[in-house]
Amino acid sequence: MWYNAVMDTCFDKVYDCIVIGGGVIGTFAARELCKFRGKFLLIESGNDVAVGTSKANSGIVHAGFDAAPCTLKAKFNVAGSRIMWKKCAELDVPYKQNGALVLSFDGSRDVNALRRRAVENGVDAEAVTAEFARALEPNLSDKVVSALYAPTSAIVSPYELNIACYENFTANGGEVRLNSAVTGIERVGKLYRITAGGGALLTHTVINAAGLYADVINNLVCSVKRKIIARRGQYVLLDKTAAPVTRTVFQIPTARGKGVLVAPTCHGNTLVGPSAEDVNDKSDVSTTAEILNDVFDKGRLSVPCLNKRDIITQFSGLRAVCGDDFVIEESEDGFFNALGICSPGLASSPAIGEYLAEKVAVKLRLCENEKFDPSRRAITCFASATDDEREKLIAENPRYGNIVCRCECVTEAEIVQAIERGAVDLDGVKRRVRAGMGRCQAGFCTPALIKILARELGVDEEKITKNGTGAIVSGRLS
Amino acid sequence: MNVQKAIVVIGAGPAGLAAAVAAYDAGATDIVVLERDGHAGGILNQCVHNGFGLHTFNAELTGPEYAARFGELAAARNIEILYGTAVLSVSSDRTVTAVNSRGMIKYTAGAVILACGCRERPRGAINIAGTRPAGVFSAGTAQRLVNIDGKRIGRKVFILGSGDIGLIMARRMVFEGAEVKGVAELMPYSSGLRRNIAQCLDDFGIPLMLSTTVTEIRGRDRVSSVVVASVDENRNPVMSTAREIECDTLLLSVGLLPENELARGAGVEFCTATGGADVDDGFMTSADGVFMCGNCLHVHDLVDYVSRESGACGVAAARYVTGCGIGKSDAAVRVRTSGGVRYCVPQRITRGGCGNLTLRMRVSGVYKKCKLRVSADGAPVAERNRPIVAPGEMETLELNAEQSRRLRSAECVEITLTNKDG
Amino acid sequence: MKIDKFTCIRCPMGCALEVRKDGGKITVTGNACKRGEQYALDEATAPKRTVTSTAELIGGELPRVPVKTADAVPKEKMFEVLEEIKNARLTAPVRIGDIAVKNAAGTGVDVVVTRNIERTFIA
Repeated sequence: MWYNAVMDTCFDKVYDCIVIGGGVIGTFAARELCKFRGKFLLIESGNDVAVGTSKANSGIVHAGFDAAPCTLKAKFNVAGSRIMWKKCAELDVPYKQNGALVLSFDGSRDVNALRRRAVENGVDAEAVTAEFARALEPNLSDKVVSALYAPTSAIVSPYELNIACYENFTANGGEVRLNSAVTGIERVGKLYRITAGGGALLTHTVINAAGLYADVINNLVCSVKRKIIARRGQYVLLDKTAAPVTRTVFQIPTARGKGVLVAPTCHGNTLVGPSAEDVNDKSDVSTTAEILNDVFDKGRLSVPCLNKRDIITQFSGLRAVCGDDFVIEESEDGFFNALGICSPGLASSPAIGEYLAEKVAVKLRLCENEKFDPSRRAITCFASATDDEREKLIAENPRYGNIVCRCECVTEAEIVQAIERGAVDLDGVKRRVRAGMGRCQAGFCTPALIKILARELGVDEEKITKNGTGAIVSGRLS
Repeated sequence: MNVQKAIVVIGAGPAGLAAAVAAYDAGATDIVVLERDGHAGGILNQCVHNGFGLHTFNAELTGPEYAARFGELAAARNIEILYGTAVLSVSSDRTVTAVNSRGMIKYTAGAVILACGCRERPRGAINIAGTRPAGVFSAGTAQRLVNIDGKRIGRKVFILGSGDIGLIMARRMVFEGAEVKGVAELMPYSSGLRRNIAQCLDDFGIPLMLSTTVTEIRGRDRVSSVVVASVDENRNPVMSTAREIECDTLLLSVGLLPENELARGAGVEFCTATGGADVDDGFMTSADGVFMCGNCLHVHDLVDYVSRESGACGVAAARYVTGCGIGKSDAAVRVRTSGGVRYCVPQRITRGGCGNLTLRMRVSGVYKKCKLRVSADGAPVAERNRPIVAPGEMETLELNAEQSRRLRSAECVEITLTNKDG
Repeated sequence: MKIDKFTCIRCPMGCALEVRKDGGKITVTGNACKRGEQYALDEATAPKRTVTSTAELIGGELPRVPVKTADAVPKEKMFEVLEEIKNARLTAPVRIGDIAVKNAAGTGVDVVVTRNIERTFIA
């Protein structure tokens, strides 16, 4: 009798697939898995999803002209870029096909080489004159001699995409364990036993999307060992009032370096960056003055009117690099790797997610889940609503009438919903509803955000953190 | 909801309250003041230190007391103040869209007075390298957390920027039992008031490190130290002078910026030197009937000056709505500044205006034994000798009726800073 | 002759004061007003400061109430006064001028409330 009970519990606990890593790749794969009938679990070591590489990148849906033909990068980038709009529509995520220009300051030879690569990858792109480029983007430098124009390049809000996939995954019955670092994986018969967050979990298949730490996870099970290098990219973010470009502006890589991009974000800020430096510490997201100055100077080559006065913040993100290409494969029986997903990883994410989900489904002969609901609704945004809609929102929920973040016009109602949907710290709220993302960088709203978070989570205000680590205030006056 | 109002004042801080009270007394009694916070007084409420009101009330008050006095003046006039009400937009035709928990309100206003105050320059705007741990605050945020919310924010504090809030917070942190390791100032002079250096730093032996900056923030979860270095004459750090200072908290007092997103939306013309609107001597912006005063017009050192300026703005707005004031169409002469005078408010003087002019200005460096002079068509109209002027302290020139008349009729008005004999 | 130099803190002008003590004769220069002269004399003989801080408030709309010494207190007594403010506990509502600490640190000066704060409404 007790034996049966144990067996039942054990049997009950066998997942069809456990996805390791709550970044955009992991949550996309998890979300796509829900199209099939099965038991799926997402494990994340952080206190929230979108806390690693996926929260700090350029947010570009690359058109796919850049990746070397016949690589996985080219394959998934082109495929991902084609379906991104549809995924964003389903998931109610900000997406804008704004087009991209790649500038040449030397001559048209590089532009033509890039155009040939675009044709080979099946991407729409044309070589244009400097005059044409400047007609599209009047703030471009007069030193531009020619450019490649890729109209299908787009921008997306990377962390919102990540969070939307996560929400859609859980809405379709997916299970989640946060704050659970994977410490061991063993083969147990035909299953894998994963030790994470102090507990053991059984699963038929594993998707390793652990980002910077995917090598560690891989090396726990796979015969082919991997090493991931953390490549840091430092960025500068400009105030919405600046908006020097509407298209993504790249530079053609030269002997002097890769160049930086100047790009709008989905919310109207402008990004300048990134740098590319290999760092030893996989958690080193510090910034350095020299590199940020260099990034800004390089950005000015493309857009000379960039003004340091418009900078509202700097940040850096780490990209997981493993050789020249992505590693996306079934490395061991039932163990799928999505490793080294650096740029163009975000653009590729929907295609990688679909691919991995299909692979798992075929392997386990999972049936289609006819109950799968692909749509997820974003938190209704007060700032972008019409006055009539606002009136209605406030009538239904008076907290919509309380503006907490003045710079981004974010209301208490949105912040409360962000917390209900999983935000546990200031950054979690910021990524979901933009409170603290604006020009004062949470100077005014931090005290109010601490209060709301403490109230909604039922904890002391002294426990509230920016990103899960150090508390913002250290105690009360007495 | 649609509402007609003679005057809509945005902000119930010292500027908004003074403007509303003065406008009321000048005959425009149909006023509403819109305030996003739950109380009147704005940032004054977190300025629990004393030193306010010597000019206005001839008493040395704390911030909350000063705010309360103006609150009483407004209450005595039954001026309507709507709390918890944020303004979303102001249009050039004086439609003010506001929101509170009861819904949306659209005001059609005879005049709009923008008194939105200023905000602090954040860490990101000054490019300090390093990690992003807890324990980095702008000084005003820290002031709010300590003085209003009663929070403890750190035990070993370093402060970058010697603006007044930074200086005041140095003393405040000492009073709350913290150790303040020092205050670094990028410039060779402090941008704070001299008396604050005396009573907030010198009294407690806190070093003021001039021509020094923070080059790096260290610490993973919490600030563990900062690296400071001297800067050369181009304000670039000299890394050979770099040294690490252990601390758990870094306060930034690196400048205030007028908060003018509403004015931007209304399409008014701006003054690059102040960050506020370009206004005439009645504080009217380039949009007809849209006025601006207080720290969103230009950042002041003293609330008493804010009150005076805002009172004048309120009177001008009242005159405008009652039809006896100056209009946008009135010709104006532009005030030019040179020789170390960085800006002057007002930027324009109307020909048809009346009343005595007060010119408020800031200089671009520290000058000793100098003379501020305003001239009309090359001829000096008024002069003021100053033993010392500094960017941190606002200068004023008060003109009498005759001097004001001369400026109003001049083709060219210029303010200069010369050495005393020149 | 002894010369002391101070920055006047009585108003924002921050005059550079000089106090000359020549035997029994004390002269103040650099001041722009009478208050400055008094400040200089005090500073040279018995320096005083107004202390401002916040005190605990029970049952109020806000957890702390701002307070100040009603007059300047001897500079060396500042921290003693602060200690007494830390031990004070007020109950809302409070009004400007309410006494938070009577005869703080034996200085003969009271610590008074500087902000009106209402009671929290509890349903």
